[in-house]
Amino acid sequence: MSVDEHTVRRVARLARIAVEDHEVTKLKGELDAILAFVEELSALDVESVEPMTSVIPASARLREDVVDDGENPEAVLMNAPSREADFYVVPKVVE
Amino acid sequence: MTELCDLTFAEARKLLLERDFSAVELTQAYLDAMEAARGLNAYVLETPEIALERARASDERIAKGEAGPLEGLPLGVKDLYCTEGVRTTACSRILGDFTPPYESFVSAKMRADGAVMLGKLNNDEFAMGSSNETSAFGVVINPWRRKGSDAALVAGGSSGGSSAAVAARICLGATATDTGGSIRQPAAFTGTVGVKPTYGRCSRWGIVAFASSLDQAGPIARDVRDAAILMRSMAGYDKRDSTSVDRPVPDYEAAVGRSVRGLKIGVPKEYRVDGMPAEIERLWAEGAEQLKAAGAEIVEVSLPHTRYALPAYYIVAPAEASSNLARYDGVRYGARVNGRDVTEMYERTRAQGFGPEVRRRVMIGAYVLSAGYYDAYYVRAQKVRTLIKRDFETVFADGVDAILTPATPSAAFGVGEMANASPVEMYLNDVFTVTVNMAGLPGVAVPAGLSAEGLPLALQLIGRPFDEETLFSAGAVIEDASGRFSPERWW
Repeated sequence: MSVDEHTVRRVARLARIAVEDHEVTKLKGELDAILAFVEELSALDVESVEPMTSVIPASARLREDVVDDGENPEAVLMNAPSREADFYVVPKVVE
Repeated sequence: MTELCDLTFAEARKLLLERDFSAVELTQAYLDAMEAARGLNAYVLETPEIALERARASDERIAKGEAGPLEGLPLGVKDLYCTEGVRTTACSRILGDFTPPYESFVSAKMRADGAVMLGKLNNDEFAMGSSNETSAFGVVINPWRRKGSDAALVAGGSSGGSSAAVAARICLGATATDTGGSIRQPAAFTGTVGVKPTYGRCSRWGIVAFASSLDQAGPIARDVRDAAILMRSMAGYDKRDSTSVDRPVPDYEAAVGRSVRGLKIGVPKEYRVDGMPAEIERLWAEGAEQLKAAGAEIVEVSLPHTRYALPAYYIVAPAEASSNLARYDGVRYGARVNGRDVTEMYERTRAQGFGPEVRRRVMIGAYVLSAGYYDAYYVRAQKVRTLIKRDFETVFADGVDAILTPATPSAAFGVGEMANASPVEMYLNDVFTVTVNMAGLPGVAVPAGLSAEGLPLALQLIGRPFDEETLFSAGAVIEDASGRFSPERWW
């Protein structure tokens, strides 16, 4: 399995990582090497095998549906790169 | 005061309680040693004021007879653990000067037990790496050198700061995390003991996530007993981690020195990989002999899907990482690079904030999870994981109590030596450790000898789920028979 440059750009877009034109060829080579490495798995017959969902026997724990934390906007916002009052500030999303 | 830093956890604990010296004196000795060892780059942040303040509080509790299990003992904390009011970056530029207003569950437990935090330890960026060379703070230098050489060697990774700091005696013990070998491989490279507990044994709450179904917290320590002491404090149920397991925490220290007579130790033939150095093979055989001499029975076992573990890991781990690392968007915390619109801001922030290895893995993860590839890659890898776990279950069902393997395929390599290698060559460092994460089992790396070049080599013991105790017992046998290893001081 190998990827083309279009796929590299598409994956970068999915991952929300800006990729410069000159980086695409190098990234393609690196992704190809990793995909070639994992290709070995296709040799296995896994038709009747259940995919793992948890390594330890576990069931979802239930708890009371009550608020037991929160009401602390300062702690939530203290690391924000940009804020106004109790809001995060981001570039305009809606024109 | 350097001799204070030569004491083990168990020794220092005893002398502190006997008031031979104070926690402040012990802490100051470590702070001085850290300053002298800055060239190793093990710490990314030293916290001397916090350390001395906590040491003073420890001295007060010791005086009142209220000492906790780790009272006054100086620890280093991997920078993946959130520490209240202390910068936490996972050694990534994208976290900037992130300062959590909370403490991870594990480090909070250790603090409540009286431990003194000396500072934050270096690691590969987001724990992705096997040499600590992907850290935004630069590589950690191994306190070990090859005989007759002053070439700088890596301390392993991702917990390279933890392993180097413990080996160089600039902390008494350290917290670490292990997703594919990140505790055991650096421990092996530095002659220290590293424990990767059973999945669910230690809470992941407050630890920066890499691959959530594989990540586990654990200790790196100078010897097996110290590792057992730390483990008892780190383990335990936390309702805020939905995969945390609610079962009693045993007294691991009591397992150190317990007889291994009658235990069945499996030696898996599939771990005899092509091109394994003769000295690693010899080390492995000697380890088996040591356990046999202590009364254990050695049996050959088969784990037929071993060779598929690493390829499956390089689908599962990047997939989970791409999902976990989606949170770094420059909005709520960390560094931000502005753009014309919000999407460009995300893309620029992540392009500049993530290093090359992290970017590679996030992109691989996005690819294997994308429409049309999910079944072929991700689901297939999770099926392979079922097979790997089944291999171990079969062996344990046959009465095997623990499995003995080499910890790494080589001794520590040189800084920059792998710079021109493909990413996959670096991944092969984890060939013996990654199966354990894929199956959720406990594993320890125990130093077992020196290479011809004078570098530490280690063996790995793999246990049944939640049977860390057997690993401490068997590990102590190897440690007693092999001796202990510490580097000659040159820094």
